Amino acid sequence: MSEPNTKQAGVAAEGVALRVDLNSLLADSQVNEVLDELDQALIGLQPVKTRVRDIAALLLIERARKLVGLASGSPSLHMSFTGNPGTGKTTVALRMAQILHRLGYVRKGHLVSVTRDDLVGQYIGHTAPKTKEVLKKAMGGVLFIDEAYYLYRPENERDYGQEAIEILLQVMENQRDDLVVIVAGYRDRMDTFFQSNPGLSSRIAHHIDFPDYSAEELELIAGTMLEQMQYRLSSSGVEALREYIPLRMTQAHFANARSVRNALDRARLRQANRLFAQKGLQLSRDDLMTIEADDIRASRVFT
Amino acid sequence: MKITQGTFSFLPDLTDKEITAQIQYALDQGWAVSVEYTDDPHPRNYFWEMWGNPMFDLKDAAGALTEVLAARKAHPSNYIRVMAFDATLGFETTRLSFIVNRPKDEPGYGLVRQEVDGRNIRYTIESYAAKAPEGRRYT
Repeated sequence: MSEPNTKQAGVAAEGVALRVDLNSLLADSQVNEVLDELDQALIGLQPVKTRVRDIAALLLIERARKLVGLASGSPSLHMSFTGNPGTGKTTVALRMAQILHRLGYVRKGHLVSVTRDDLVGQYIGHTAPKTKEVLKKAMGGVLFIDEAYYLYRPENERDYGQEAIEILLQVMENQRDDLVVIVAGYRDRMDTFFQSNPGLSSRIAHHIDFPDYSAEELELIAGTMLEQMQYRLSSSGVEALREYIPLRMTQAHFANARSVRNALDRARLRQANRLFAQKGLQLSRDDLMTIEADDIRASRVFT
Repeated sequence: MKITQGTFSFLPDLTDKEITAQIQYALDQGWAVSVEYTDDPHPRNYFWEMWGNPMFDLKDAAGALTEVLAARKAHPSNYIRVMAFDATLGFETTRLSFIVNRPKDEPGYGLVRQEVDGRNIRYTIESYAAKAPEGRRYT
């Protein structure tokens, strides 16, 4: 945790500030950069962004309260991210770790991402050390439990998942300063998971729901993905993609941004094949970058 | 007689905050921290009991401190030390070791003189506490 900058805060003789300059506090924490980055890098997700801003504001005010000597209990920041596959839960968790670190809420700001396999053991007495080891690694940062509902298996009463949950709860309660736990998963299954584990639900202060992307947002996402991979669509390719996305959305196993990524990967494959087929041709930089309409229209969703 | 072995042993006992700071230093160097305990702290007894496995891939000292506290709770009247292992090629050894818990009463060591080969004398030290069987020392 960085020491509060006393010069900017206008400190009285006793070491307790009389007034706090929020702007300088904000500038000190550099949290605005992360928030702006979040705004730009992630398309859509308005409710999520609002919530993240709220949390950042709360932490900043807590810090200001501490500077003027008001009571400031560190708020509980365990979170639950619910949403369909590919809506950016992991990505936001990673940013969240950065934001909490900049605001001085966690000391290191790293993200440890685990699933049931990393927490639950295979035989009696294996679970507790395994869970504790993961928790120890996550201390000072954020523990991200993906598909957390797998921890609880009501159909098998001898399942060791319950043991992992109990250890988790204990640490979530007693060592709030040391780590933040984020559980994530699909909406409906998380709801039943919380219903059967009221202790867990009550210890999680922030339930954030990730909405599905609209077709326009997915198109924007495809744009940024291509940019990162240094590809681009030809003008007819843009149209083909515009037709492709709504079609793909109606199909089974649609996973939002992840489906878009997969579609683009397959388009790259076809582009490579197409370029390979016209051997002997001199390929320009442009040729290597451009994905044509045919590369997208060859997809199975158009048939 | 206060037993002095390992780093910081001539200083007053470290507080939990100081222990945390030292562990954090070790982690920042990339060393793996482990906790060990014994009721036989003879200077030649290198092999103390392990309290759990060495902790690799830790980022923050809070995790290791929970183990120190747990070990202290289970063995309040034993010697407990924190060790930091450096896996760098060329070192591959313990770089830091310090005692984080000791019994309230440390009776110390007696000098034993053994007559050998006529008038020759061999000297050795013997712990008063270690005369009791294992598990019943320092109670």
